[in-house]
Formats: sequence, C-alpha cells, structure tokens
Amino acid sequence: MSKRYYSQPGDRIKEFNPVVVSRYRGFTRANHWLTAFSLIALLLSGMALFSPYLYFLTGLFGGGQTTRWLHPFLGVLLFFSFLVLFLQLWRLNLPKPEDVTWVEKIGDVVKGDEEKLPELGKYNAGQKFVFWAMSGLIVALVVSGVMIWQQYFPDLVSIPARRWAVLAHSLAAVAIILVFILHVYAAIWTRGTISAMTRGTVTGGWAWRHHRKWLRELAGRERRDPAE
Amino acid sequence: MTTDPNLDSPRTAVSNPPIQPMPVNLGPGDVVRASAMPDLPAPTRELTPVAKLIDVSKCIGCKACQSACAEWNDTHPEIGFNTGSYQNPADLSDQMFTLMRFNEYENPETGDFEWLIRKDGCMHCEDPGCLKACPAPGAIVQYSNGIVDFISDNCIGCGYCVTGCPFDIPRISPTQHVSKKCTLCSDRVAVGQGPACAKACPTQAIVFGTKEDMVTHANARVEDLKSRGYDKAGIYDPQGVGGTHVFYVLQHADKPQLYSNLPADPKISGVVESWKGVTKTVGLAAIGLAAVGSVLHGLLSRGNRVTAEDDREAKELVEPSLPAQDKEA
Repeated sequence: MSKRYYSQPGDRIKEFNPVVVSRYRGFTRANHWLTAFSLIALLLSGMALFSPYLYFLTGLFGGGQTTRWLHPFLGVLLFFSFLVLFLQLWRLNLPKPEDVTWVEKIGDVVKGDEEKLPELGKYNAGQKFVFWAMSGLIVALVVSGVMIWQQYFPDLVSIPARRWAVLAHSLAAVAIILVFILHVYAAIWTRGTISAMTRGTVTGGWAWRHHRKWLRELAGRERRDPAE
Repeated sequence: MTTDPNLDSPRTAVSNPPIQPMPVNLGPGDVVRASAMPDLPAPTRELTPVAKLIDVSKCIGCKACQSACAEWNDTHPEIGFNTGSYQNPADLSDQMFTLMRFNEYENPETGDFEWLIRKDGCMHCEDPGCLKACPAPGAIVQYSNGIVDFISDNCIGCGYCVTGCPFDIPRISPTQHVSKKCTLCSDRVAVGQGPACAKACPTQAIVFGTKEDMVTHANARVEDLKSRGYDKAGIYDPQGVGGTHVFYVLQHADKPQLYSNLPADPKISGVVESWKGVTKTVGLAAIGLAAVGSVLHGLLSRGNRVTAEDDREAKELVEPSLPAQDKEA
C-alpha cells in the first residue's frame, strides 16, 4: 500500500454511485461525542460558578455541592478523551504551505468561493486552528484546574499562585467556549459536514469541494495495478 | 456595665448576658452584602458597627481564647505534635477558627527579647475578599454591624474564598466540604453576648464593643504604650480592605510583618479583582455575542453548499478506480 499524506487509516471511498467517502471510524466518532458531552457539561457547570446570573445551572447537576465536585472529574474525562483524539489527528493538523494561502484568502472562504482557494488535505487552516486551540486550551485548563482543585489538591500551590490559576482558568474557559462556538458554527455552515461525525461519511461532492487533495489521495489508493 | 436587651448589639463581652429572653437580633434584614447576589435588597435597618480589639501588648499567650472558641463552636482540633513552638495547633483549620501565633523577636534597638503573640483569625473586613470571590449565592454574608459570616447551608466548598482572602483565613472542611472561619460569634452577638474569646480573655487583651468605643479604647492603649517607650505603637486597622471589625493594637505598628507575617498593606489582590471584574464582564459579553451572532448568521445565511458540479467532479475523479463490474452497471 502506498504511503498516506493527506488521509488517515480508515479513510476510504465507501460507495461509488453516488460517491460516499468514509471520514471517521466508529471509535473516533464515539470518542468525539464523549469529548463533546464532557465539554458541554463542563461549560454548563463552569458557567454556573462563573456568574451569579448563571448559578441556576447548578440545578442541572443536582445543586452547588455536586456541581463543585463533578466539574473537575468531567475535566479529567475531557482530558483523556481529547488525548485520544489528539493522538489520532495531530499529524494531519500540522501546518502546510497551502494553509498560508487559505488564510490569506479568508474573504473567499467566508464567501464560500472555494474555487479561488488552494486544494486542501483532510483539514483546512480553520479546522487546524480549532484543533490546536482546543489542545492548548485544554492543557491550560487542566493544569490551572488542578491548581484550584480544593478537594484533592488544597495545598498544591501557594495562595498567590492560586489567584493566577483561577484567573487563567476563567480566561482559558472563555476562550475555549468561543472556539467551541466557532467549531459548531463552522460544522453547520459548511453544509454536509455533520454526517462525518454522525454516520462517519461525507458525500463525494463535499470532499471534492472542501478537501480535494484528501479525495484525490483516496481515489488514487483505490486504483489497483492489474498485477495486484 | 450590664447589657441592655434593647440595644441592637452588645457593648461589651465582659458582662453576663441578660437573663430575660430576647429575640435573635441578626437576621436576613440585617444583611448588607451577600456573595453572588448582586441584586440583594437593601437592609431594613442599620445596626451599630461592632468590633473586637486585640491588644497584642497585653496578651500573655494563655490560649484561653482558643479554648473558648473551640468550646463555643464545638470544634475538635486534632491533637498535633510539638514543633518546638508554643503555637498549638500549628495552623488554623476547619476545627480551629482562632490561633495564637507565637513569634520570638530580638529587638535590635533595645537588645530585648520579645514575645510577639498575635491572635490570628478572621479580620471581618469592611471589603471582604472572600465574599467578592465566592460563587455561591448567600454563602458569605456581611451584616450591617460589620460581621462577615459564612452560611454553611449555601456553601459549596469550592475554596474560592481562600483565593480571595488577603489574610489566609478560611479553611475548607475535608469532611463537610464547607468553608469555616471565625464568625465573630455572630450567634452570641445576636443575643446580646460578646464573642467567646473576648469573654474568656483573662487580661482583657481581647475586648469587644462598638467600633467607635473600641477605637477610643485603642487610642488610649497606644498612648499608654508610647508613654512606656514604645514609640512606634499604633493601631492596625488596615484601610486597604476598608478597615476591619477585628483590629489590633501593636507595640511595633510600623512593622506588622513581625507579628507572624501580618501583611503591611492588605487589600484584595488585583488578580482576584480582575478575575471577578473585567474577565467576567468581558468574557460573558464575548460569549453572548458569539452565541447570538452565530445563531443569527446561521439562520440568515445560506451556508456553504455542495453543488451538483462538485458531485459530478468527484464522480469523475473516482470513476477510473471503479471496479469493472460496477462501471458497466
């Protein structure tokens, strides 16, 4: 088998008429939804403790005390499920020269004028940004979160360090919520994307339009030598 | 002086409590500030501000105040180990709301050895950092008489008060998961009695009354100390936190750090202020705008749709790789 540059093991042309392309395997999808669930639960429980006006959200978790102990454990769950995603996806999210062109032509991206954009592999620069922002912010949130985890690490750091940690934690939380909104918005705005994470497949037209190099590589892999 | 049951708060801790039954005199209508409750209704009346004055120069280190505190609050500090100091237990805890901190000081000016024993505990700040940091509505309240109290039923045990306090006072109970500290015996004050520590103090190094009376008394004490050669004697009532309702007379008021690191100019950390201030306001605004903006734009824009042309191109690209039998079909 030839080496993959733009695709991942499991990515393949699943059906030919019409063209259907496998983008995410079942395990990856299940893990992605675990990450999504924990992120949303963290968002709701964290926001409850962030603003008095949102404290009522603690009711979703069974009160303030439960919210307080549950939130950090959800953070640990998010960390490990995202770690698996990270290990699977980091290589294809490394920056490529075409990403620079893509960012320079961000106006065409927003207009949906994709013929003016370079051909892309499995991810565009926007998706790569979401990936690396999530990775960095999750590390920042876990590190600062452990520093303020009263129940198990009350004396881990000094009180002045705790003040910085709690500030960093809330800033990183605001940032990750913004990235999360961007991620969800982009997935909905780019029609045909959601099925990649539900059924695991996208249409050939979607792959051609948004990730042509990825599709080309998969199409090339399907060709068999007569001798093979 | 006896305690008049008609007064809104006791004027002394020394006298015995009134024998006639009296209503509890600290209620929800006396709360001026409550944590995470920005729209708190105004208090229904204004109580006379009270204060506890701790005259360090009079303290003999007997720990009667600690015993009285544990007795009244029914706390049970763990029996610890001798660490080479009379200070016992080693630190404040959820079971020890007040602690005599012992410092042995050799005065370089006089060559004298001095025992600087400071009774540590909640200072009951006029601007309490714990209350500012607390995320749980009504877990920390401030009464109009100046007492800052933790309401355990509302406390969630997150430890934010520890982060907010400029004096390192609150301690979280590892078993009950609520924050604990000196209440200034709010339950005693509510029924006309002074705090247990002040009542127990044999030298009246701890006295209790209205803040006004206590300041007058403290000034007299400072004058007396100055006449005895303590030129730098003074009152420690830090204005960085708006003044406190527990305050000290210090022999060396110019060097509060001598007293087991009593902060020279305590105030709520700028980090805490920006976390609870600009970060919250700007953060919520940014999140709200992003959420509303993306929903609106999502509803109004057409989205980026795949065209029939894209599908045809994909088919053409994939076509040569079709297995032979599919091609015919």
